Amino acid sequence: MGNIHLKNVSKDFFGVEVISGVDLEINDGEFVVFVGPSGCGKSTLLRLIAGLEDVSAGAIEIDGRDMTNVRPAQRGLSMVFQSYALYPHMSVRKNIAFPLKMAGESADVIDRKVNEAARTLNLSDYLERRPGQLSGGQRQRVAIGRAIVREPEAFLFDEPLSNLDAALRVNMRLEIAELHQQLKTTMIYVTHDQVEAMTMADKIVVLQSGIIEQVGSPLELYHHPKNRFVAGFIGSPAMNFFSGGAALEFNAHTIGIRPEDFVLSTETGKWQGAVGIAEHLGSDTFLYVDVDGMGAALVRVAGDFAARHGERVYLTPAENRVHRFDGDGLAI
Amino acid sequence: MARKISNRRLLFFTIVAWGLSLLMFFPVLWTILTGFKTEAEAIASPPSLFMFDWTMDNYAEVRSRSNYFRHFLNSVVISVGSTLLGLVFAVPAAWSMVFSPSRHTKNILVWILSTKMLPAVGVLIPIYLIFRDLGLLDTRTGLVIVLMLVNLPIIIWMLYTYFKEIPGEILEAARMDGASLGKEIIHVLVPMALPGIASTLLLNVIIAWNEAFWTLNLTATKAAPLTAFIASYSSPEGLFYAKLSAASTMAIAPILILGWFSQKQLVRGLTFGAVK
Repeated sequence: MGNIHLKNVSKDFFGVEVISGVDLEINDGEFVVFVGPSGCGKSTLLRLIAGLEDVSAGAIEIDGRDMTNVRPAQRGLSMVFQSYALYPHMSVRKNIAFPLKMAGESADVIDRKVNEAARTLNLSDYLERRPGQLSGGQRQRVAIGRAIVREPEAFLFDEPLSNLDAALRVNMRLEIAELHQQLKTTMIYVTHDQVEAMTMADKIVVLQSGIIEQVGSPLELYHHPKNRFVAGFIGSPAMNFFSGGAALEFNAHTIGIRPEDFVLSTETGKWQGAVGIAEHLGSDTFLYVDVDGMGAALVRVAGDFAARHGERVYLTPAENRVHRFDGDGLAI
Repeated sequence: MARKISNRRLLFFTIVAWGLSLLMFFPVLWTILTGFKTEAEAIASPPSLFMFDWTMDNYAEVRSRSNYFRHFLNSVVISVGSTLLGLVFAVPAAWSMVFSPSRHTKNILVWILSTKMLPAVGVLIPIYLIFRDLGLLDTRTGLVIVLMLVNLPIIIWMLYTYFKEIPGEILEAARMDGASLGKEIIHVLVPMALPGIASTLLLNVIIAWNEAFWTLNLTATKAAPLTAFIASYSSPEGLFYAKLSAASTMAIAPILILGWFSQKQLVRGLTFGAVK
């Protein structure tokens, strides 16, 4: 079982509060992603769950047991670090075996489990190598192997892919998602990359300045953001925001429209503007349109859409796809 | 981009480096050479550098007059023992200051170092009296303890510098993997910091080997190391330079040989953190 319950958890460092009264329920087998900008407290929250930091107030329960003051190793959790945190003086085999050795497992059990994990992660040929002789992706797999062998209640991933190049990151993302399908174990994953969050998560927790802004499934957050921050953070490219007259028309202080939620025409439409830069990605084209009296808008159109710089175009927001926010940035 | 040094500058710096090295080594060389002279040649004016009658008489007399190997053994026990004991205290101390710092850590580090600035003679009488009462005068145990205390600040500072280079995440990973504090230090920290620990060990063995203030003041005969052995040749009847030099050569030879073979490790240790 891997139910994790955070009850009013707070953390301050020398009087500066970085996590304020977080309440969160994580169910067994869920893939939960903590996402937010740098310094929002997502890694700190993960470290609090891991036990690597002490909470200043509140409680952490794992499977109904209060683990707030329990040592990291006794919480039944495994962690994969951003820098892999492999033991450089040990071979891959010894790295993966380390938690089993610390748990006092017999040599037979250690051998069997290490070989099993190595097979799962395609590391069997590298068991006698040192981490320094491996590529970034292989090192990350060793780190995951070390986490798997403990058969934890939950896995904690602290930005595990941020040191990898773009192509490898996509591969590893898939591998971790597959691993989750295979193991069905709770996974908590920290990232600042909202694409990773959207593609991997069952549940996303959006954090800002140490507080949870919204918790929900990727599509729930995408379609029904609770506030302007979540609306702007989730989705790539980001949502367009307009205030003033355009917003007043919708009885809002600010309105938000996603780039794909515009209908673009060269003949007619609600707002008129001039095409600025066009980014051709093949499947899509992103147009930066300077809308008269409203400012810049990013519009997603079909990949083969031909638009010249300076050409006048019309934009109309798709029906029921306009997000409305009040003066405090809360969704109306 | 690496800065290019012109050949002329390189030649200049090479000559300066050799000049300074020879200047620093000259007293050692002079001592070694004097050990092979007669007492008359040792004090002759003008002195001769190489053109003298080479003799081994001084070494023979020094060997017959004192028990060199007992002093040598004392030096080994005291220098290695005090360094190892220092490491036992310094490793956890440096660990806590690097990986579990408080807002006072920097002040504590400076305070630790400040104890090195205290003139040793200032605490000689209290330490002497404590040693007398505890029966530690003229014992190897006593010297191991006092030299450990004297060199502990340097050991802690050196280890602090090395441990700073080790990513904290690796130790956290060990903690997550179920390692207790002791196992974390033994299985992860120490193997990773081994080059630094080896440098610290070497340097402190050398410092302890050459330490003369405490070894002379707290020993008489039983625990006297090689420093006391040298000092015994400066007698009230006058200085016998040739014999004194022979004794000095015998005393510094082991540590010179150790230093020569470990110079790569020592240089790395002394410049650690300064260049990455």
